[in-house]
Amino acid sequence: MLSKRIIACLDVRDGQVVKGVNFEGLRTAGDPAELARRYNVEGVDELVILDITATLERRRALADTIRRVARELFIPLAVGGGIRTEDDAAAAVEAGADKVSLNTAALSNPQLVTTLARRYGSQAVVVAIDAKRDRDEFAVFARSGQAAAGRDAVEWAREAEDRGAGEILLTSIDRDGTKIGFDCVMNAAVSSAVSIPVIASGGAGGLDDFVDVFTAGRADAALAASIFHYAETSVRALKEHLRHRGIPVRL
Amino acid sequence: MKSRIALIDYKAGNLTSVKKAFAALGADLAVPERPEELQHFAAVVVPGVGHFAATQALAGDWIDAIREGLAGGKPLLGICLGMQWLFEGSAEAPDCPGLGVLEGRCYKLTGDANGAVIKIPHVGWNALEFRRSDSIANGIAPESQVYYTHSFVAPITSDTVAVTEHGHPFAAIVQRGRVAGVQFHPEKSADVGLNVLRNFLGWLRER
Repeated sequence: MLSKRIIACLDVRDGQVVKGVNFEGLRTAGDPAELARRYNVEGVDELVILDITATLERRRALADTIRRVARELFIPLAVGGGIRTEDDAAAAVEAGADKVSLNTAALSNPQLVTTLARRYGSQAVVVAIDAKRDRDEFAVFARSGQAAAGRDAVEWAREAEDRGAGEILLTSIDRDGTKIGFDCVMNAAVSSAVSIPVIASGGAGGLDDFVDVFTAGRADAALAASIFHYAETSVRALKEHLRHRGIPVRL
Repeated sequence: MKSRIALIDYKAGNLTSVKKAFAALGADLAVPERPEELQHFAAVVVPGVGHFAATQALAGDWIDAIREGLAGGKPLLGICLGMQWLFEGSAEAPDCPGLGVLEGRCYKLTGDANGAVIKIPHVGWNALEFRRSDSIANGIAPESQVYYTHSFVAPITSDTVAVTEHGHPFAAIVQRGRVAGVQFHPEKSADVGLNVLRNFLGWLRER
């Protein structure tokens, strides 16, 4: 039976892992390669490097981070943050990324999803959607949650799949960093609308939040950052809990 | 002297991870540009992800050169799409011939027979269930999990060493003589994946 994946996210700025709340208020959490090694030993299923460096030097710095993380890592590695063009994606792939995650660029230039899917295969293209509740709808935001995109997450996920995306990474802006649980309603709505896997993100706090998102939230994978960085929960303890609750995991 | 391994690049996906995994095991890997260069290599690896039609690039001279290598006893490993290509063909591109060293044709995964909803493509970690033992799978424990990303699968035949189930069981590891294939990505399957690659490299030492 296909396991539910636990994905650790490393938000990287200037070569260091950082983490904020509701997309703001960053604090440092350590060296990316060191954290990657620890999560790998603990049995994490996949890693995401999300680059939030704002400087002009960012592309070279990101490639360097990817190479350092990927060197001894033999699990899937996705890279996102500031990938705007085919060349940005190619640089990440050449440095060792297995998947590139597109967010703002996919909204402003949806053709990029198709271009990259044709070049590297759909399995290499993740469309990341940041959304927040707006009554019964799920409003999509671009530019790290700063700009309303005027799209609904369900409808945008469907289009992304049609355009060649291999996975959807769905982040709840309302829940990001809050540790009050994933937005299971939003995740279930998107997950039932597409046939590609949906990775739930934003709000992981306790172990049962993961149980909820894999059942009620119909998530295929769940992503977390803070709870792993500060060693509040080890990946192994989380997986043991999930298995105990009847959810298939890789242990 | 180390034996050189030919990694066949037919532009179906990115080879960085495969190269990195073999390099970590100390293998000497190179990408031949022309089929006739294969004679200088000790073994052949056919990776690849994506559409079966991409293997059309191997039709003709590459197929001839690889078959010649097999006749001379060179080990061959197919990974993901490269494993499907070892068969006669695939429903994904019916007019595109496979290498045909293994019997059967590849087909698309479908929903669960019990009516449960499963997602296709099959993406993520799933368990191996062994049907028989063979050297490509030496040292791999039953129920070990490996990383998949695919929609088409190879049929279960007498060459099947292990299966994985996603809706229905399909061939996960195949081996006939010194030809082996894995539907999963050994380069992304942590220690279990490296174990498969190490077993393959072991065949070179036997020669």
